[in-house]
Amino acid sequence: MREIRSRKRAVRLAALAGVVAVLVAVAAGCGGGGGGNNNSTSTGSSVSGSIKFWGIWAATEQKAFQKVIDGFHQQYPNVTVTYSSKGNDIPTVLSTAIAGGNPPDMADVAQPGLVKQLVQQGKLKPINYAQSTIAANFSPAWEDLGKVNGKLYALLFKASNKSTLWYNVNVLKQAGVQPPKTWSQMVSDAKTIKASGTPAYSLCGANGWTLTDIFENLYLRRWGSAKYNQLSEHKIKWTDPSVTKSLQDMAQVLGDTGNIYGGTSGALQTDYPTCVDYAFATPPKAAFNFQGDFVSLEILQATKSKAQKDFNVVPFPAIKPGPNAKAVETGGDLIVTFRDSPAIEAFMKYLASPQAATIWAKLGGFGTGNKHVPASVYPDPITKTTEAPLAGATSVAFDMSDNQPASFGATTGQGEWGIFQKFLQHPTDISGIQQQLESAASKAYKSGK
Amino acid sequence: MSGASITAEPPPKAAPPEPGGASTSRYVTGALFLVPAAVLLGVWLVYPTIYTIVRSFFGQSGYLGTWVGIDNYRALFTTSTLVTAIKNSAIWVAVVPAFVTAFGLLFAVLTERIRWAVAFKTVVFLPMAISAFATGVTWRIMYQQNPDQGAINALGRTVSDAVSSPGVLSNALPSTSALQSKGGGLLLKTPLHPGGVALLGLTGIAPEDVPQGARQAAKPSGKSGAIEGVVWKDFKPGGGKAGVVEQGEVGLPGVTVELHDSSGKVVQSTKTDADGGFAFTDVGAGTYNAGIGASTFAKPFGGYSWLGPDLITPALLIAYIWIWAGFAMVVIAAGLSAMPREVLEAARTDGASEWQVFRRVTVPLLAPVLSVVFITMIINVLKVFDIVIALAPESVRSNASVLALAMWTSAFEGGGNFGVGSAIAVFLFLLVIPVLALNIRRFRREA
Repeated sequence: MREIRSRKRAVRLAALAGVVAVLVAVAAGCGGGGGGNNNSTSTGSSVSGSIKFWGIWAATEQKAFQKVIDGFHQQYPNVTVTYSSKGNDIPTVLSTAIAGGNPPDMADVAQPGLVKQLVQQGKLKPINYAQSTIAANFSPAWEDLGKVNGKLYALLFKASNKSTLWYNVNVLKQAGVQPPKTWSQMVSDAKTIKASGTPAYSLCGANGWTLTDIFENLYLRRWGSAKYNQLSEHKIKWTDPSVTKSLQDMAQVLGDTGNIYGGTSGALQTDYPTCVDYAFATPPKAAFNFQGDFVSLEILQATKSKAQKDFNVVPFPAIKPGPNAKAVETGGDLIVTFRDSPAIEAFMKYLASPQAATIWAKLGGFGTGNKHVPASVYPDPITKTTEAPLAGATSVAFDMSDNQPASFGATTGQGEWGIFQKFLQHPTDISGIQQQLESAASKAYKSGK
Repeated sequence: MSGASITAEPPPKAAPPEPGGASTSRYVTGALFLVPAAVLLGVWLVYPTIYTIVRSFFGQSGYLGTWVGIDNYRALFTTSTLVTAIKNSAIWVAVVPAFVTAFGLLFAVLTERIRWAVAFKTVVFLPMAISAFATGVTWRIMYQQNPDQGAINALGRTVSDAVSSPGVLSNALPSTSALQSKGGGLLLKTPLHPGGVALLGLTGIAPEDVPQGARQAAKPSGKSGAIEGVVWKDFKPGGGKAGVVEQGEVGLPGVTVELHDSSGKVVQSTKTDADGGFAFTDVGAGTYNAGIGASTFAKPFGGYSWLGPDLITPALLIAYIWIWAGFAMVVIAAGLSAMPREVLEAARTDGASEWQVFRRVTVPLLAPVLSVVFITMIINVLKVFDIVIALAPESVRSNASVLALAMWTSAFEGGGNFGVGSAIAVFLFLLVIPVLALNIRRFRREA
């Protein structure tokens, strides 16, 4: 959900354009829904109808998605897909439209919680017809992200990778260390980096979510998505030994206070994206920055760093060998359907195909878990490093806050965010932090979501 | 109750004077004129107040939710973040009105006596023209801990550098455990005898912090009757071998090296050359230790953590007083100019000192104005919100929280607990009532 904030400005303008587009679409007749031939499996010309699609994508992203739609038109010339951008207001716009009894045929939403809510309200249609296509192209872990109560409702079409580690190429060269592959290697490299005269870590401690993101990656990569999901649903307590272990991993960084730029108190006052700027400033102030794939734009805009020459990225260091070593924390845009029609079925299947994903992947700013999209389609090496691991990940999970009551998982200075800031202040007090997390969590889950 | 249709009604035609029904129609006319105001008050003040009070006895979400009795009020005094907010609000009330009034009085009295009074008053009043949010953002930048970024700590550094200048290698660390810290400096534990060589390796020095003119370090071969040595950056890409002078590792010039005798007394002191080498000549027989003086590692002023959990509330108070002192000054200055000059002159003629005039004449005469400022500030401070949210970083927001902010956080952020939010609102309302009552009584008296 983080990247959404940075999108926001561009989206505002585009939202206006989107509103106009909707009005036109409505005027053109909102009969929608399709009809036409039932034979949806054979070649495209036999399927006809029109699809009203609402999405979050605006500006460049809207153009890219239009190209994806164009690819669909070539296969299904008799189906018209009308995309209109609702920007970040899509949750509000959708719920208003649903209340008014006129939802679109399809939509993309960035909030898994919203998908769950819509399913509970009975507004979404299952997409079992696309199940075989999705299973052929995605590993089961990705398919599961679209399921609610065991039923398939959504496709994570555009995925982001939050399991990445950004590093300053020059600092690592100066210190003579290689980009780390494992967590323990990173921790020992950090000592060498400190000896070279530059602190190893730049943290955005003023924003609690940057700290919980680090923890989530550590937990996911040590214990796997099954346990991760149980913790996020509070089926595992925060006092669990698994949490202790992952907090100990995290304390290897947070406790190395002399190796954090600005020390603990400086880090607590540094907000996102300032810590990103610090790591890639000239002269550099730190070597490593823990952020998802969304910061490359920030680095390019706010600093003089050049991709690969000055900054680069590696997958989040593996905690221990095994299948979870490549686990990925993801976010992104889920495509859902409000109606059934052959045209919608055809479009949904098309979106799950490698063709559709490849069209956008080539244009950049896009990642997918589709295993038949080769890494070579990504336009530049940075995107290739950040997005290609998605397809190879057999263990994936959303941000924990998507499953948590907001009072625990997404409130400034309180709940999980606030307690992880306390952890940054007191990195040795692991059991105390666990107690605080558990009592805050049980309170929040008791009072309901 | 459709407010819109009533307010939209054309004003009633002025009733022609009618004998008999005159007073009734006057009441009707009056009532009609009052309707718009009454509707506005009802919709936007009376209804929300009643709803909030009722809502504060119900649970988390929904129009009403479930009845929870006084649980929300209990939460107000047991939840640690809310207790902090109450405490902070108490500090605000205790500090801000007094300081604002005092500063306002001071500025008002002093500007009466200086030449560029108008210019001075304008400058002091200027912060009032800036929104509290913008003030918060500005002060947040000024309060940055890093003296390179925060103006206030930069001032601190200028002062502290003038008193004691930072060392050339303030961040350096010993490269081996043989070098141990002693009194702010470093001391090589390995005992030395005449003819010996001291290797003082340091790490943690950023490339841009290496003193200018540094050259490749060289290990001295040793000379009889002297103790030689080298201070060098014991690091090359990859780390290198600790404690060994290697190709690619530069010497550190300008470092103060001290020679201690066996009793720990400094017998000689010298500075290193461009290749980091140094030599103590004419050393008598005995056991010695070499070390680097504390001044080399003297840390520059690191800045106070104004935005940290401990100083955030004082930092907020200062910024807020800065905003409102101008307002107080203008109001008090107006009161001052309306004051009868003869009284002051009479006091002076009678031999009162300026302080006595101020204490016994000016202040008592200004009392009504001062109380207006004071009471206005109490109300202002109780509802303070924007500057806290703008100035305090998220990591200390719970330390800086005040009642109004806690109300918003509880009700609209995260948990969306309207029950607790309403309870805080009611509590705030109860706190304002005595102040309001005081104000109303004063208005009556003046009328």
